[in-house]
Amino acid sequence: MEKGKGLMGSGGRRWGVDLSDNSTSRDIPDPPGFSRASLDQDDSSLSRQKKDAESNWKAQKAWEVAQAPLKNLLMMGFMMWMAGSTVHLFSIGITFSALWQPISALQSVGKMFEPYKDNKVELLGPKLLFIALNLGGLALGVWKLNALGLLPTHTSDWVSSLAPAQEVEFSSGGVNLG
Amino acid sequence: MAMAIRVFLTLLLFLISTHLTSSLYEDQVGLMDWHQQYIGKVKHALFHTQKTGRKRVLVSTEENVVASLDLRHGEIFWRHVLGTNDVVDGLDIALGKYVITLSSDGSILRAWNLPDGQMVWESSLQGSKASKSILYIPKNLKADKDDLILVFGKGCLHAVSSIDGEVLWRQDFAGESIEVGHIIQSTDEIYVAGFIGSSEFYVYGLNAKNGELLKKDHTTLPCDTFGELLTISSDKFVVLDNMRSKILTIKIKNGKISYNQKPISDLIKDSSGQAVIVPSRLPELFALQINSHVLLIKVTNEGDLVLVDKINNVAACSDALSISEGQHAFAFAQHEDSKIFLFVKDVSDWNGDLLKESIIIDQQRGNIDKIFINNYLRTDRSYGFRALMVMEDHSLLLVQQGEIVWSREDGLASVVDVTTSELPVEKEGVSVAKVEQNLFEWLKGHVLKLKGTLMIASPEDVVAIQALRLRSSEKSKMTRDHNGFRKLLIVLTRAGKVFALHTGDGRVVWSILLHTLRKTEVCVHPVGLNIYQWQVPHHHALDENPSILVVGRCGPSLATPAVLSFIDAYAGKELNSLSLAHTVAQVIPLPYTDSTEQRLHLIIDINQHAYLYPRTPEAIDILQREFSNVYWYSVEADNGVIRGHALKSNCIHIVDEYCFDFRDLWSIVFPSESEKIIATVTRKSNEVVHTQAKVMTDYDVMYKYVSKNVLFVANAAPKARGEIGAATPEEAWLVIYIIDTVTGRILHRMTHHGCQGPVHAVFSENWVVYHYFNLRAHRYEMSVVEVYDQSRADNKDVWKFVLGKHNLTSPISSYYRPEVTTKSQSYFFTHSVKAIEVTSTAKGITSKQLLIGTIGDQVLALDKRFLDPRRTLNPSQAEKEEGIIPLTDSLPIISQTYITHSLKVEGLRGIVTVPAKLESTSLVFAYGVDLFFTQIAPSRTYDSLTEDFSYALLLLTIVALVAAIFVTWVLSERKDLQEKWR
Repeated sequence: MEKGKGLMGSGGRRWGVDLSDNSTSRDIPDPPGFSRASLDQDDSSLSRQKKDAESNWKAQKAWEVAQAPLKNLLMMGFMMWMAGSTVHLFSIGITFSALWQPISALQSVGKMFEPYKDNKVELLGPKLLFIALNLGGLALGVWKLNALGLLPTHTSDWVSSLAPAQEVEFSSGGVNLG
Repeated sequence: MAMAIRVFLTLLLFLISTHLTSSLYEDQVGLMDWHQQYIGKVKHALFHTQKTGRKRVLVSTEENVVASLDLRHGEIFWRHVLGTNDVVDGLDIALGKYVITLSSDGSILRAWNLPDGQMVWESSLQGSKASKSILYIPKNLKADKDDLILVFGKGCLHAVSSIDGEVLWRQDFAGESIEVGHIIQSTDEIYVAGFIGSSEFYVYGLNAKNGELLKKDHTTLPCDTFGELLTISSDKFVVLDNMRSKILTIKIKNGKISYNQKPISDLIKDSSGQAVIVPSRLPELFALQINSHVLLIKVTNEGDLVLVDKINNVAACSDALSISEGQHAFAFAQHEDSKIFLFVKDVSDWNGDLLKESIIIDQQRGNIDKIFINNYLRTDRSYGFRALMVMEDHSLLLVQQGEIVWSREDGLASVVDVTTSELPVEKEGVSVAKVEQNLFEWLKGHVLKLKGTLMIASPEDVVAIQALRLRSSEKSKMTRDHNGFRKLLIVLTRAGKVFALHTGDGRVVWSILLHTLRKTEVCVHPVGLNIYQWQVPHHHALDENPSILVVGRCGPSLATPAVLSFIDAYAGKELNSLSLAHTVAQVIPLPYTDSTEQRLHLIIDINQHAYLYPRTPEAIDILQREFSNVYWYSVEADNGVIRGHALKSNCIHIVDEYCFDFRDLWSIVFPSESEKIIATVTRKSNEVVHTQAKVMTDYDVMYKYVSKNVLFVANAAPKARGEIGAATPEEAWLVIYIIDTVTGRILHRMTHHGCQGPVHAVFSENWVVYHYFNLRAHRYEMSVVEVYDQSRADNKDVWKFVLGKHNLTSPISSYYRPEVTTKSQSYFFTHSVKAIEVTSTAKGITSKQLLIGTIGDQVLALDKRFLDPRRTLNPSQAEKEEGIIPLTDSLPIISQTYITHSLKVEGLRGIVTVPAKLESTSLVFAYGVDLFFTQIAPSRTYDSLTEDFSYALLLLTIVALVAAIFVTWVLSERKDLQEKWR
């Protein structure tokens, strides 16, 4: 974080003051009783500790994120049960949202775990769990779709618009015209 | 919550399924339907103009209609359509207030109230043998204060009271074997005159009070007679001898007969032609027609014959009309090119004309067939005459002062066959002024409609809206519309006239009296048989007009030669006509067309030769290509045989490359002692089937047997062919067959015990529905048979379909002999039926409705779902959801589903359905004495907005939404800005 970045910040925010940037306030004397030296002293040991805590926290968070779809799954299950098995607006809406959510979640798996990316944090586990749970959600959606009879899994779905076969012979006739 | 939703959904489903058909609101009547009332060809006409007030003419017609018409406009005051077997023989007025009709071969006498047509009384007259029937209302003949009506019918003379129709006395002539020809009244005595054989002339004198036989005389005429006896006056008759060269004059005086004879050659030098006595009743006079002349011959009191006048080219003569004491007028008409000369002459003063008029009459009306005259008093106290003319095309004209006052197209009461034609495509370049005017009208109309929708319309507005809807110019345009509602209905009438009716409002677009179906020396009694679409231009022949083929025959017998006419469907002009050397027994439109979209037709004569039309080499090429695939079957109902034939080669005995011989392939001979063919029905050749599969509730698939080469045959027991009740249930049975007409294979056979005809049936897709009488249950029944193709049933592998590896759409042949199964079910049905049809739609996707012409001359639409063999007493939930109705023993008749709503199509004979371009809609035309047309949507109009949809409201909503979006956008921008400044 460079000096003055807060002042000349991108996007035309001319009057913004970044208060979190403590480097800019060096010329202002510290308040009484605050010793900056002690902070600077065990910076290295502290930072290691902090990093550990952070990675722990990240790992924890990652697992949490990974488990989030489970709640969603349960919720969806409940909604689906509510919607019943006949095709109408509710059930179709719910089914399609149940299909869409896992798909969009799966598309953004990388982005979802971006904040917890760390050399020390093992993200494969949470990611796999996340994917598995979302696949579960997807499966649930597909199952619901099938339960609604919207999947072409029966012969009837394929032949119902089958045009009649042409006939080779032509025959006509009847009683003599009176 | 879930429960609530489910309950709601079930309720919704229930509501949808209960509204099976779309009934009509009162203000929708006449929007899409039209109804026209006709009476048919007039046989008798009586004017009733004595009293001031409503002047009317009473008519009876060949369609067995008794009607009273307004003389001013030709509208129907009242009308009664008697049954098809109730032929009206006599019409007269009694007591000045009753219209008396004699019908059913002189066995039913009815009196109708003259002003309103209410029936006053009806008498059934008994008799033992069939005879000529005569209605005679004598003037001032009373028996016990009752005015008498004398009726001769079924070999009996009846005297009927005109007040209540009570038979006062009757005299049976059945034992005398006399053919009674006339009833003569002389004060208190009644004479009955007639022949035994053709030369024994008898006269019986009866007491008018009690019918007692007073005297009897007979004489043997010197020669046999020809034709009818004609009365000249109350005691004189004329008749021709059987050589048609002599006129016999018979005179009766006090019951004594005397006669004179005179050769026609004494009256006129050139008497070479066949003489006929014209049946016009003239006092002291009769008309004799020889060749094209009419001789008017006066009979003197001594019985001498004096030639009064000779007139050329007479088309029709009227009866004499008594205009004042001792003065009688008589009218006849002459044709000259497009003009008609009408003469009215005084019978006793032959030199002057009472009236001479020339009238220009549309050539398409043909010659005058009958003429009836009536007089009226002009302001200058002289007599004026009006003439009612029945034309060759059965239309009715009233002529007065050289003008046609009104005309009625009553030929449309006897429609023989119907087909349709598309209208021309709309041309581009509509004038701007028209559009502007239209735009304004359009906007005005929609504003009115919007008012109606928002319920702010005043009563005047409501009337205006209704008027706007009814006379929408949109529906009667002469161009093709996007939805295919506008078409031409082309009808062939019994008179040999072809009419094109617009489906929008039913008006006659053009009409043509076909000269091939007019009486000529070669073709004495021509009859029109059928009408076919000859050329239906599609894509590459769009600039040509469609044309129609009319097939006729020179007489009622099968052995008379055939005539063909080709008519341009847009212009109504005859393009070509052919008088063929061969006969016509069958016309087969083939499913092939040539390069100009002319359909190939085979005409099969009684010697089983087939003649190909059009007679072009190209047509032969096309037929040669399909030579081995063209089959033909003949149903010989009298012998109980159905034969199948196939094309063999060019004719051997006839040198004509368009003539082909057939070879017999198969025959089905029904046992004549137990079965008689009473009905056959096949599928319509132009029916479109959407799919071959029928999906069952459990996602199972059944394959329909949708062959077009199937024939439904209904056979009845020989004893049970007659009327219902003639046979006991034990001797009655009905056997139905479904036969493949290529191979002659019987696909299905079923016997209904204790049932009998008449059978009315309709075949569509893979099912047949038929209507018959169940003698055991004393009720009518309807049965449905559905045919399924079992040989395709094992096509159940989904992956085959996913990969497209199935052969369900490859062409099939009847020779594969597919296994079929059938499902059937029977239901009671309350009505007896005149005709059954089924709706047809453009793609065959829409569900079907049966259109049943009931005995009450209405058309009932019945969902095919009611005739579904899968109906059970307790359908499962899944079946219910699919729309299967719980089984009931009888079919419901829901009064809202009468498509004719409150109207009657009197004398209903046939129903025709035509698909519109819009898939949901089917056009229905019902014909009989009346014509009725409507559009129906068996599954409602799911593919279009309804007619009363408010476009203005939609527009308004859109404008409001856009405005709201704009306003909110501005507001949000402003708010954003304020937010930023904060």
